[in-house]
Amino acid sequence: MWKYFIKRLLQGVLTVWFIATATFFAMHNVPGDPLSNDRAMTEITRANLEAKYGLDQPLFTQYTIFLGNLLQGDFGISFTQENREVNDIIREHFPVSAILGILAVIFAATGGVLLGALTALYRNRLPDYVIMFLVILGISVPSFVVAALSQLGLVTLNTALGRTILPVAGWGTILHMLVPALVLGLSTMAYLTRLMRSSMLEVTSSDYVRTAKSKGVPATRIFTHHQLRNAVLPVVTVLGPAIAAITTGGFVVELVFAIPGLGRYFVEAVQQLDYTVIMGTTVFYGAFLVFMVILVDVVYGLIDPRVRLEQ
Amino acid sequence: MSDTSSVVVDADEGFTRSAGKQLALYALYAIAAVAAVMFVLSLAAGGAGSSATGNAIDVENNSITIALREEPPQMDAARATDASSNVVLSHVMEGLISYDLDAQPIPGVAERWEIREDGATFWLRENALWSDGVPVTAHDFVFSWRRVLNPETASQYAFILYPIKNAEAINTGQLPVETLGVRAAGDRVLEVEFERPTPYFDKLVSYLTYFPTREDFFKSTNGRYGADADMMLYNGPYVLTEWVHGSTMRWEKNPLYWNKENKGFLDEIRTAYITQDINAKLNLFKDGQIVDTHLLSPMLPTAMEQRWQIDRSMDGSVFYLEFNHRDNRITRNWNFRRAMQLAQDSTELVYKVLKEPSYIPGTTLFPAWLNGVSESFQKEYPPVEHKMNVQKAREHLALAKQELGIDEFPPLMMLTGDTPISLLAAEYYQQLFRENLGLELRLDVQIFKQRLEKMRQGEFDIVLSGWGPDYNDVLTYGDLFSSWNLQNRGRYNSPEMDSWIRIAQSELEPKKRMDAFGEIQRLLYEDVVIIPMYERGISFVVDPRLKDFRRRSVGPEVDYNFAYIDTSGQ
Amino acid sequence: MSEISAADFQPLTAGQETQVISRPSLSYWQDAWIRLKANRRALASLYIVIGLLAFTLLGPVLWPVDPARQDIDQISLPPGTDRNATIVAPYQPWFGDANLPGTGLRLAEPGTTQAVRLQWEVLPGANGHRVYRNLFPVGPEYAYGIPLAEILNNDTLYFEDRLDLQPGTYFYSVVALGPRGEITTEYESLEVDIQRVTTVAEAIERGLLEEGTNLQVGDQIELAWHPLGTDYLGRDMLARLMAGARVSLFIGIGAPLLFVLFGVTYGSVAGFVGGRVDQVMMRFADFVVALPFLLFMIVFKIAFGIGPGESGVFPMLVAMVVLLWPATARLVRGQILQIREQGYIDASRLLGAKTPYLVFRHMIPNTLGVVLVTLTFAIPSAIFTEAFLSFIGMGVAPPTPSWGSMSNEGIKTMLTTPHELIFPALFISLTVLAFNLLGDGLRDALDARMRNRE
Repeated sequence: MWKYFIKRLLQGVLTVWFIATATFFAMHNVPGDPLSNDRAMTEITRANLEAKYGLDQPLFTQYTIFLGNLLQGDFGISFTQENREVNDIIREHFPVSAILGILAVIFAATGGVLLGALTALYRNRLPDYVIMFLVILGISVPSFVVAALSQLGLVTLNTALGRTILPVAGWGTILHMLVPALVLGLSTMAYLTRLMRSSMLEVTSSDYVRTAKSKGVPATRIFTHHQLRNAVLPVVTVLGPAIAAITTGGFVVELVFAIPGLGRYFVEAVQQLDYTVIMGTTVFYGAFLVFMVILVDVVYGLIDPRVRLEQ
Repeated sequence: MSDTSSVVVDADEGFTRSAGKQLALYALYAIAAVAAVMFVLSLAAGGAGSSATGNAIDVENNSITIALREEPPQMDAARATDASSNVVLSHVMEGLISYDLDAQPIPGVAERWEIREDGATFWLRENALWSDGVPVTAHDFVFSWRRVLNPETASQYAFILYPIKNAEAINTGQLPVETLGVRAAGDRVLEVEFERPTPYFDKLVSYLTYFPTREDFFKSTNGRYGADADMMLYNGPYVLTEWVHGSTMRWEKNPLYWNKENKGFLDEIRTAYITQDINAKLNLFKDGQIVDTHLLSPMLPTAMEQRWQIDRSMDGSVFYLEFNHRDNRITRNWNFRRAMQLAQDSTELVYKVLKEPSYIPGTTLFPAWLNGVSESFQKEYPPVEHKMNVQKAREHLALAKQELGIDEFPPLMMLTGDTPISLLAAEYYQQLFRENLGLELRLDVQIFKQRLEKMRQGEFDIVLSGWGPDYNDVLTYGDLFSSWNLQNRGRYNSPEMDSWIRIAQSELEPKKRMDAFGEIQRLLYEDVVIIPMYERGISFVVDPRLKDFRRRSVGPEVDYNFAYIDTSGQ
Repeated sequence: MSEISAADFQPLTAGQETQVISRPSLSYWQDAWIRLKANRRALASLYIVIGLLAFTLLGPVLWPVDPARQDIDQISLPPGTDRNATIVAPYQPWFGDANLPGTGLRLAEPGTTQAVRLQWEVLPGANGHRVYRNLFPVGPEYAYGIPLAEILNNDTLYFEDRLDLQPGTYFYSVVALGPRGEITTEYESLEVDIQRVTTVAEAIERGLLEEGTNLQVGDQIELAWHPLGTDYLGRDMLARLMAGARVSLFIGIGAPLLFVLFGVTYGSVAGFVGGRVDQVMMRFADFVVALPFLLFMIVFKIAFGIGPGESGVFPMLVAMVVLLWPATARLVRGQILQIREQGYIDASRLLGAKTPYLVFRHMIPNTLGVVLVTLTFAIPSAIFTEAFLSFIGMGVAPPTPSWGSMSNEGIKTMLTTPHELIFPALFISLTVLAFNLLGDGLRDALDARMRNRE
């Protein structure tokens, strides 16, 4: 067990190094640099700025410095936020993205399981049709369209009621989080609903359910103990990748709802070619995902005795 | 799924009903649990940059809420380059000369001044104080200006101080900073020596790069000056009391500000939102969360439906197609440029394609709001009248072919930024020149920094470019195409242009000086240095209870220095 | 037991039927096809996919309109707009008319989409005027509408509006400016009906008239027909959707096809060779899987840039292939490892089958089902990725249209001209949906294990 865990951890570190290297060389391949500005600068000003950020060093030296700092957990100083360290930026903005992501995952998971069970229960009847129609919309409408439309809906709602029921943008309170998290979790929720539905149906037609029924086990007990419990397992397995997708996929929602998360910050940093922020964010997210996956694997192995970790 | 089993399950109504009840119970639990989790998360989020729902106007606390376009990189005026820093600094700092509600210069830290051919003298007022109560002295300006020009500071706006004696030499490392032509004659007199006559120096000193910095405080910050709210000293109508990076700022009334009667009427201004998303801003305004927002043309029907009082102002910038005049570029050929000039009409671009009511079709490099000798510059020196003439354009194109000795023009590179408006214009021009002249323009769409880099390297034939003013004088545009200006990315080089620009820079007699600008304007058209596209304006709305809010062409794009709340109209 | 004759011991002649097979033998693929056909939703999706391909490939033949052509007279028109226009004389600049009869705010000539010419007298107490245009009457809020112009003196008492004039009714107002240029409540208002017009020259330029046609001012003409309306530059939406389909489907189908192909090769080599090679190859795949996909799409996009005149389709394709192949590779490797242990492989090997035969006859065909399903599900996500990148401004470069970039443009004008968002978004949704349902159907049809699921 420990041996496996440590082995995975080492592999994870190696993977992070790979991500860092790929990002570093991709970024330094970019034409132009973050120092360019509206107002033309003299050569000496440019040279001084380059020296300040170490851009005057040979590429390989820059790379070793970058790796050295990375080992100490230091991503350097932002180019556009001149007095801020990338670490500070991540520390300030990542929690926002994380909270949004966690909420979205919770929405998606609870919504998906409940709705999936509901549709399976009322198969081929009105609730099934209504929910499956919504699921189809959730899967096939691009997230930015959903986000823009829901924001528009909020405005219309607030205008119609003459007061702010739910804020249309920004961050801070429960009310700010509700709609963005729902929008962010929507497609995952739709996916999980479908998964839960088919999983429920499979379980329903299984022998042990039939046996339980014929034995006269009460309906609620069959439903909760035999059907739900077994049907939820496949849903749990896809949660890991879903968390990863949601946490990094927050870009659109953060942009549309003006949420100060790391995703939005990343998009802005890209527009400004802010090397250090781009590299820092990518490496950070990469590391986060790698270790999330390891964690999910390990936890899953602990929960489900059928999975053997040494594979 | 096989039919038999499904029939069994579906037929069992009782099973479905009791299972459904159980499911509903679970759903209730789930909702309760999720609500609890959300509550906990919102407590956690409280620390991670919150923008509590406020009202656009809080009458009781005499406070307003606004949105900033982006997070200011830092608040050190010596190194500030972007619009957001400009907005904040213009509220929390004050230079030697300030401006009034109508953007006319008024005394700031200096109570009076004198500008001569060889220099200037500023007499500082006694009651101008830093936010820690220490008077603002002439030494603070000397320290600040030397710092701006010190090559180690790498200030990108250092050039704006070049009229001061030795400034350029210091900035390029040829002279020590102590040789700068500025000295403090006591605490309250600032003496400036000029490199060359600079009649517009009073316009320059209200720019933020000329703001003061106090040496002892600066040194105490250990290089973190302007990084946080407590890493700065203020001397403007407001002070920055809170800065949560990436999220909110709080500006409060500065109790020590000397001119409280005329500026800084609000107790508090909160920048609760940082967003570039104009739709989000519109929604925030509609929702009563922010006091003002600007409107793009697709939003105008909504604004009319809401019965808002829509206002407009010029944002100061002028946009144009800039040619690459370097050797071996086709765009170096005058007949070619003339053909392109004749084949387009900026009114069609603005009225039909961009559809922005506040934009003015471009006629010249010098925007309509600039002042001439006694009236507006455009009125005193009307731009050359342009008439689109495709027939004539084709003749010039044929001549260009002859002169260049080619049968067919190769595709031309048209460099553009990736903002919606520039993309729209670029796509329009691409098709326009294809239809009218049979030219193949290849769009080169680049993000901001990459476009600037390509402009610097001269990797373009035509670039969609623009210029915003640094100070309120025609020269902020007038010297753009001098051969020595680094901003002249197309490397236009004409001795005639250079000679007029030299006159415009140092002539003391206003009429002669403006005449020179008139000549520059004529030459820009006749030599087709650029093709003007539009003067940018802004349609905007303000909460009707907020009075005397201004949008500026020069300086901060939004100005709340004079704003106050008046609910009498409600 | 009946008598046994010698005839019963005659050997059977070749060709004689020995055994009656009650059902025709079906190959794996025939079986799958029958199952797919039985699935109505999957079949409908298949027809939609075929329809989309026809729309993309045949559409431009049936609707040969240049998607780049800009009809500046018909910008952002929703489908079904009235197309009748009156011929007027070419535009001439106008600087007021000193002899214009009447007083107050009035028109110098009837309002047209070419220009609205207004003239007025100095308003009481005015130090200048502002001209406004509104879709609604001014009302008690003094909501004058859109400020069109500001005239800071009392010498100019005329204004010509040429800004985006649409047929319909406008309410123009002239408002007096106070001493500091501020807005007052002193105003005059005028209701103006706008008529759609065009000139002979424009009609010829747009190909509506033959050169030399004799049309008089005042004659009626019908403007070009745009069945799905036009976009923000007056380009035909239908033609642009077809052109956009080419880009979106090229990326959406091309990228998955390439990375699945690469993944299959990589995975089967790793799986078949096994041992150290397999380990090294899979470790590398693990690295690539770990790259955060969207972040790297963006990083690649700026790192490799889009040169002048390039659409950026190719770099996007490459980036997707580079980042997405490992999933397929893993899957195929797993399958191959499984198949390698199957009894029929051993049997085949005993019968003398060579490695290439094993690979091509047994292994690859047996993974094809899984691969096909993966491919079908990869298409919707590739289409979404393209749309997402376009939304954050990192997609294909204009003027190349794609459904994603068209939706992104459409979002900006969502309130005023929803058709610019609805059509491309609809196409994206339809395509994504069709491939998803088709994928479901294929999975059910191809994968025996999944068959009993719904």
